[in-house]
Amino acid sequence: MYPPNFDYVAPTSLDEALAALAGAENTKVLSGGMSLIPLMKMRFVRPTTVVDISRIPGLDDVTDDGDHITIGAMVRHATTASHPLVQEHASALAEAANGTADLLVRNRGTTCGSLALNAVAADQPGAALALNATMHAASVRGTREIAAADFFLDAMTSALAPDEILTKITIPKGGVSTYRKLGRRGGSSDYPIAAAAVWVDVSDGSVSDARIALNGVSSTPYLAVGSAEALVGSDGSADAIASAASHATDGVNVLEDLYATVAFRTHLAGVYVRRALEDVLA
Amino acid sequence: MTSTSVMGGIVRRKEDPSLIQGKGAYVDDVKRTGELAAVFVRSPFAAATITSIDIEAAKAAPGVHAVYTADDVRHLGPNPAQVAVGTLRPLLADGAVKHVGEAVAMVVAENRYLAQDAADLVFVDYEPGEVVVDLKDAFADKVKVHGDASNILLTWHGHGWWEGVIDLPDPSPGIQEAKERDDTVTVSLEMVNQRLLPTAIEPRAVLADWNSGYGSVELWSSSQIPHAVAGAVGVTFGIPSNKVRVVAPEVGGGFGVKLNVYPDEILVCFASKELGRPVRWTETRREAGFASTQGRGWVGTATITGTADGKILGYELEAICDMGAYSHNFTVAVPLLGLFIAGGQYNFPTSYALHCVVTNTQTTDAYRGAGRPEAAYYLERIVDHFAREIGMDPADVRKANYWKPEDFPVQTAIGLTMDSGDYEKNLDALLDRVGYEDLKAKRDAARAEGRLLGLGLSTYVEVCGFGPSALAGLGFSWGAYGLPTAFNGSGVVRVQPDGTCTVTIGTGPSGQGHETTWAQIVSDGLGIAMDNIEVHHGDSVDLPMGIGTFGSRSIAVDGTATFEATARVRKKAAIIAGHLLEAAPEDIQFADGRAHVAGSPDRAVEWGQIAESAYQPHTLPEGVEGGLESSVVFSPPNATWPFGSHMALVEVDPETGDVDLLEYWATDDCGNVINPMIVDGQLHGGIAQGIAQALYEEAIYDDMGNLLTSSMANYTLPVSTSLPLFSLDRTVTPTDVNPLGVKGVGEAGTIGSAQTIVNAVVDAVAHLGVRHIDMPLRPKRVWQAIQDAKE
Ligand SMILES: Cc1cc2nc3c(=O)[nH]c(=O)nc-3n(C[C@H](O)[C@H](O)[C@H](O)COP(=O)(O)OP(=O)(O)OC[C@H]3O[C@@H](n4cnc5c(N)ncnc54)[C@H](O)[C@@H]3O)c2cc1C
Repeated sequence: MYPPNFDYVAPTSLDEALAALAGAENTKVLSGGMSLIPLMKMRFVRPTTVVDISRIPGLDDVTDDGDHITIGAMVRHATTASHPLVQEHASALAEAANGTADLLVRNRGTTCGSLALNAVAADQPGAALALNATMHAASVRGTREIAAADFFLDAMTSALAPDEILTKITIPKGGVSTYRKLGRRGGSSDYPIAAAAVWVDVSDGSVSDARIALNGVSSTPYLAVGSAEALVGSDGSADAIASAASHATDGVNVLEDLYATVAFRTHLAGVYVRRALEDVLA
Repeated sequence: MTSTSVMGGIVRRKEDPSLIQGKGAYVDDVKRTGELAAVFVRSPFAAATITSIDIEAAKAAPGVHAVYTADDVRHLGPNPAQVAVGTLRPLLADGAVKHVGEAVAMVVAENRYLAQDAADLVFVDYEPGEVVVDLKDAFADKVKVHGDASNILLTWHGHGWWEGVIDLPDPSPGIQEAKERDDTVTVSLEMVNQRLLPTAIEPRAVLADWNSGYGSVELWSSSQIPHAVAGAVGVTFGIPSNKVRVVAPEVGGGFGVKLNVYPDEILVCFASKELGRPVRWTETRREAGFASTQGRGWVGTATITGTADGKILGYELEAICDMGAYSHNFTVAVPLLGLFIAGGQYNFPTSYALHCVVTNTQTTDAYRGAGRPEAAYYLERIVDHFAREIGMDPADVRKANYWKPEDFPVQTAIGLTMDSGDYEKNLDALLDRVGYEDLKAKRDAARAEGRLLGLGLSTYVEVCGFGPSALAGLGFSWGAYGLPTAFNGSGVVRVQPDGTCTVTIGTGPSGQGHETTWAQIVSDGLGIAMDNIEVHHGDSVDLPMGIGTFGSRSIAVDGTATFEATARVRKKAAIIAGHLLEAAPEDIQFADGRAHVAGSPDRAVEWGQIAESAYQPHTLPEGVEGGLESSVVFSPPNATWPFGSHMALVEVDPETGDVDLLEYWATDDCGNVINPMIVDGQLHGGIAQGIAQALYEEAIYDDMGNLLTSSMANYTLPVSTSLPLFSLDRTVTPTDVNPLGVKGVGEAGTIGSAQTIVNAVVDAVAHLGVRHIDMPLRPKRVWQAIQDAKE
C-alpha cells in the first residue's frame, strides 16, 4: 500500500492543468482520489505525474442553464445526491450518488471522476446513460462533447484521451428518472450486483420516449435498447413493463462473479428494470 | 465523590476521552529515533519449490539496508510459537512455499516506500506444484501439502480427546441403537461454516529496538499476548526474559488474530539486532489476508436421532476443519474448543469426530469464539432442523432436552464440568420479552400475503475463562516459550504514597474497556474514586507473567486476581488505619476515599494519610512492613460456562433473495455483571460478527489458492447501516468458580448469533421446500435455494 515515487502538481487554472497533461506519457488527473489513490497504493496504476484539479476555481458548481443542468468536474457525490437541481431534473443520478459508498467517500469522490474511471459496476455511468448526459472534455488540443452513449467503452475505459479533462457534464431537462439497485451487501448499499437507471417521458397517457440503462450487469454499462423499444408507445401498463424488463440483457455478455451467477444476474436485471419502471410510471 | 458500589453500575469508560481525542498510542504512534522500515516479499503461488532468489538488484536499490532470506535466519529455527503438530512454519520460506502470501524475503530500507520499491526488485524463481484447497480433497489426501505426510494432522474424538486423562466409553453404539428403533427419526445436514478474515481495524504492527549495549530488546507489537511474544523472542535469541520487553500499547481490535506470535515479530528483532537500528513493520490492510491468521473453515455433517415428541437420543458431528498450511499458536486446538461445547446445553449422548486437515491456504487460528461458534452453529442448526421435521416448535424441542438447574454441576459428554446454568429460565425470559406467540402469528399472517418473514432461534452455552491450568498442558505449546504452562491470572494493586492507586494486570484491552472494569473492581474494594485509579496493561516488564486477552478470560481470571489483591491491600490498610485511628482493624470501613471507624463516620483518615504512613515504615505498628501493594496470581479451578438465547426476525425478498434483518433480540447470561454498558458493548460487537458471518463475509479461495477477497471492496464486511438496533436483556446465574461470580462475555454474542440468522432465513423459505442454505446468505445463495426448491 505504498505507491512508487511520483510528481504532484496542483494547478490553479484549467489552462495550467491542461498544459501539465499535454503530451504527457503517464500522467493522471486526480479529482476526489477515492479510486486513483487506492489504485496507486496497490501499485496497479503507476503515474509519473499526478495533476490535482481540485484547486481550480469554478469546477465545483451545479448550475441551471435553461434546457439543461451542468455538473462541474469537482462536484462531489454528496452534492450531486442532495442538490435540488439534480434531484429535480436528474433524480436517477442523485439517487445513484446517494447510494454510492459511505458518507466519507461521498464527501470526496466526484461524479465526473466516477464517470471518467468507468469502474465495473460503478453507480454513476448507468444514470448518465439513461439521462442522456453529454460529457465535456478539454485538452490543449481544444474542447469536444461526447454523448454518454459513446463514452463508456469498456471496463475501466472511457472515451477520454489521456490528456483530456472531463470538465463538466450537462444533462437535458425533462422526463422522469430513477435508479434502483441491489448492492453487494444487500439492500442498496455498496457497488451494485445489478442496477437499472430508467428515464421516461410520458405524454397523453403513453410513453413517448424512454432510455433504460443497466450497470453492474456487464463489464461496462449499456443502454437496453430492446427494453426501451418495448416501452415506447405503450401505455406503461404492467404488461408493457414486463415486456420491457424481459429485454434487459438482450445481446449482452452478462458477468459472473462472487456475487452472482449469469442466471441470477440476468434475472436481477429484469427485476430491477421492472421495479424502476414501476416507480416512474406509477 | 461517590466511589463505592460502582460494581454493577454503568460507569463511563475511563479510556474514552483519550481514545476519542486521538491520544491513544498504538504501535504506529510509538516513534524511535533512526527507525528503518521492513516490507516482505510474498509468494504468488500456493504451492511451489523455490529454485532461486535473486536479491542483488534489491540490495542495490536506493535506501536499502538489508535484504534477508531463509539463508540469513535459518539458524534461529522455525517460528517458536506454534503447536508442535505437523510441519513447522519457518521464519521465512525455506526452499518451498505452502500458501499464497507466505513471506519469502524481507527488505529493510530507510522508509516503507523505498522498501516496497526494492521488494519489487527481488526476483524469485518458483516451480509451481500441485495445490489443494478443497477440504474434502485435502481430507482424502488427493494432494499432499507437506511431502509424504498425510494432510490429516489429528482427529479429535469426543470421548477420548485427552489421552490418559479422559477416557469415556464410545457413545456411538448407543446412538446406533437409537437410530435403529422404530419410534425414532434421524435427520442430517451437511453444512459449511465458512472461512473468515478476522479484520481488526488496526492491522498488525511491530517495532523492534535492539540495544547492543545491554544485549536487550524492546518490541512494540499490536498483540493480545505480549508476555508470550516476549517468551518467544527470548527463546529464539537465547536471551533471558529480563532482557526482553514487549509492549502492546493500545490495540485496535484483536479477535484472535493477535493471539499469535508471528514470524515478523521475530524478524524485526533480528533485523534490528543486525543493523543496529530500530526496525518497524506495519501490515497493510490487504496484506492482512496473507500475513495474519484466519478463522473458521469447517465442512461437516450434523445428525440427530430422536423421537417424535422431541426427545433427542443422540447427536453426531463429523467435520473436516481447515488448519491452513501451518500451525500457529492454537490452530489444532480451535476445533478442540468447539468440542468442549459441541453438546451445548443439552442432556443427550453425543459423538464427535473433528478432523484437523492442512490445505495450501493461510493458517487458521482462533477467531472470536474459536471453535465454539462453529460447534454452536452445527448443533443449533440441526436441532432446529429436527424440530421442523417432527413438526414441533423449536423452543419446545430445546426445552425438552436441556440440562435442568438441579443437574449442576454437570458432567458433559466429554468429561468436563459445567459450573452453573438455568437454560429454560433464560429461554423463557427471551420468549416472554419478544412475545413469541404474537411474533409467530405476525410471521404467519405475512406469509399468507406472500411475504417471506422468518423467525430464528438459537440458544447456546459457551466455555471460557479457561481452567483448570492442567488443561493448558494439552494442545498448547506455550511451554516452548519458556513460560509456565498455565491459565493463571495476574493482578497487582498498589496504593501510591498520595493515596491514588495503580493497578497492573496480565491481560489488556483491544477495545473491551479493561481500564474501566478493573477500576470498578478496585474502587469498590477500597473506596478509592474511579478517577484516582490507573490501570496498566500490556507491558511484559510490569509483571513476571501475563497470559493475555483471549477466550473471554480476562474478567473471570485476571479480574479475580485483582479482586483478591484488592482484598489484601484493604486488609493491610485496615491495620494501618486502625493504628492511626486507635481502633481495631476489623472495625475499619472504606468509602468515599477514606477509612472510618464503623458507626462513627467522622473518625476517619484519608487514603493519602494511610499511604503516607505505609511508605514511612517507622510510623507503622510493630510487625507491619512498609509499602501498600499486593500481587496475586490466580489459578482458576474451572472454566466458566455462560449461556443465552437469541432470536431474529428477517424478511426475504422472494425475487432477489435479499435478506432484510428486521429485529434482533438476545437474552444472555454471563453471571454477575460489573459494567452493564461494557457487557452490552461486547454483545453488540459479538452479535455483529455473527451476523457478518451469516449474511456477509467469506474468505474465498480459488482452486489455485488465491485469496479472492483480500480487499475490503469484495470482502463485504457489514457496516453500521447493515444492522438493526439490537434489543438486549440478561438473566444472572453467578458462577462459583470465582468469587466475583463472573463469566466471560467477549465471545458470547458471536457464538449465539450466526445460526440464529440462518434459522430465521430458512424459516422464511422452508414452506417453499428449502431446508438449508450455506453461509454467507448472500442474495445469490438464497435466490438459488428458492429456485432449486421449486424444481
Ligand atoms: C470505500 C469506497 C467505497 C466505494 N463504493 C462505491 C459504490 O458503492 N459505488 C460506486 O459507484 N463507487 C464507489 N466507490 C468509488 C468512488 O465512487 C469513486 O472512487 C469515485 O467516484 C471516483 O471519483 P474520484 O473523484 O474519487 O476520482 P479519482 O479517484 O480522483 O480518479 C479516478 C480516475 O478518474 C480519472 N479522473 C478523475 N477525474 C477526472 C476528470 N475530471 N477528468 C478526467 N479524468 C478524471 C483519474 O485520473 C482516475 O483515473 C467507492 C470508493 C471507495 C473508496
